[in-house]
Amino acid sequence: MLIKRNPGISSSEITDRTVWEQRRDFLRMAALAGIGLAGCTPTESEGGSREPVVHGTPIKGIVKSRYRVDQKPTDYADITTYNNFYEFGIGKSKPARNSRDFVTRPWNIRVEGECEAPGELGIEDILAGFTQEERIYRFRCVEAWSMVIPWVGFPLADLLKRFKPTSKARYVAFETLYDPKRMPGQKRRVLDWPYREALRMDEAMHPLTLLATGLYGEELPNPNGAPLRLVVPWKYGFKSIKSIVTIRFTEKAPPCTWNQLAPEEYGFYANVNPEVDHPRWSQRYERFIGDGLFGGKHRTLPFNGYAEQVASMYSGMDLSLYI
Amino acid sequence: MRVSARMFEASTRVSSRATIGQTRQPPGRWLFKPLVFLLCLLPAVRLVWLAYNDALGADPIEALLHGSGDWALRFLLITLALSPLRQWTGWGFWLRYRRMLGLYAYFYALGHFLVWLLLDQALMWETIIPDIVKRPYITVGFTALLLLTPLALTSTKRMMQRLGRRWKKLHRLVYVAAALGVIHFLWLVKADLREPLIYAVILAGLMIWRLPRLRRIRIKQA
Repeated sequence: MLIKRNPGISSSEITDRTVWEQRRDFLRMAALAGIGLAGCTPTESEGGSREPVVHGTPIKGIVKSRYRVDQKPTDYADITTYNNFYEFGIGKSKPARNSRDFVTRPWNIRVEGECEAPGELGIEDILAGFTQEERIYRFRCVEAWSMVIPWVGFPLADLLKRFKPTSKARYVAFETLYDPKRMPGQKRRVLDWPYREALRMDEAMHPLTLLATGLYGEELPNPNGAPLRLVVPWKYGFKSIKSIVTIRFTEKAPPCTWNQLAPEEYGFYANVNPEVDHPRWSQRYERFIGDGLFGGKHRTLPFNGYAEQVASMYSGMDLSLYI
Repeated sequence: MRVSARMFEASTRVSSRATIGQTRQPPGRWLFKPLVFLLCLLPAVRLVWLAYNDALGADPIEALLHGSGDWALRFLLITLALSPLRQWTGWGFWLRYRRMLGLYAYFYALGHFLVWLLLDQALMWETIIPDIVKRPYITVGFTALLLLTPLALTSTKRMMQRLGRRWKKLHRLVYVAAALGVIHFLWLVKADLREPLIYAVILAGLMIWRLPRLRRIRIKQA
């Protein structure tokens, strides 16, 4: 009997899946950007078509919080199809499309670092173990657009206290999941994965700082950072890290992804401040998502309108330096 | 027909190869020009149609801005690709589309500017003026539009004849405008430089092709 042996192609010679996928992606973009008559295919930068995002499971026992702005919440369709979530692609409509098959169960969050009781928590324990409140917050992106979002969640402080941070804990660092197989945007090093963010301890313990588990009364849709994300309403959106897997108490200021990439553009504090421009654009005004073509611009408020609650944390700091 | 042939002689010093090419016109070519015209209008029609149907996504202004900007840059590069195409194929007829495509580049660039001015900035001059002066990427984009304006205005046959040699010199501004257009795009991107870099590479290729020709022109002028 003749048994045909494998022709000597070693596994190292086979092009890695991520490599050829990237190559394909690149060629497709080159064709779009180039001379090809791509008249009817939206490129990454265009708004593009909108496919509805599946609704999550309703969250039980939601308590209405007193933290509610009196603006009309942005439409569900807009909140879930206009996202900066590079883990699922660069264009704003990409996360809605590319996160459709993202599975968020099981999901564990590890809490570690300068604390007496480090440990892990499952997302089910979080949903069941903390009173879930609905809070309607303004959300201001560093790109000068904004939304009003009815989050569901609970104060970050409630979770942090359980792990008993020590006196050395001066900062809290967060990390997003790193898994390029499940988060296809991570196959390219657009950012230094995993996405990292951090808060000063007093900011993390502030009653406005929320760990969000849902929006519009339902579990978080994937493009919005399922199953658990941070929401810091007085800071630019990039501080509100999505799909968290690690929380770490630290003594020194932890590295943050955007801050490391361009420190003069994205500060560690990133407090919403109409007086301090982004080096490339003004932060004085913002566009309300959902206003349509003729909505114009609206004045941006200091600390995104939460100055009364949070400004005291920064008294004595020159906010044109500590951006 | 005769007029336009003379026109190209005056403006581009048609090589013997290209002159031969003119006799080898593809059949049914009278249909080409209106067809190309409509094809170039398609992206604009699509954007307007999507806007009208509220189908531009959550941020329709951004979609219009990016859509018109992308096409302005694409048409600029297509226009700059016609001379190389003529040389490679030996067909002179490419150049018959140069004015139309160039004007389309201006059309999309102007549309891009108007979307920014009227919809994005909503005519708020207190931010528009400082933005043009202070924001490098806006300064650069605005300059590109300013440079393209005289080119669009002098694109008529009459202006070509009236300006003569100076017309050619003036229209070399298109290279500067294209470079500024690419820089404008590169400068506004946050992290993913791939798309603007593709435009940069194409432009660099088109300019490298021109290097020996530009040098020749300079020597002749000296």
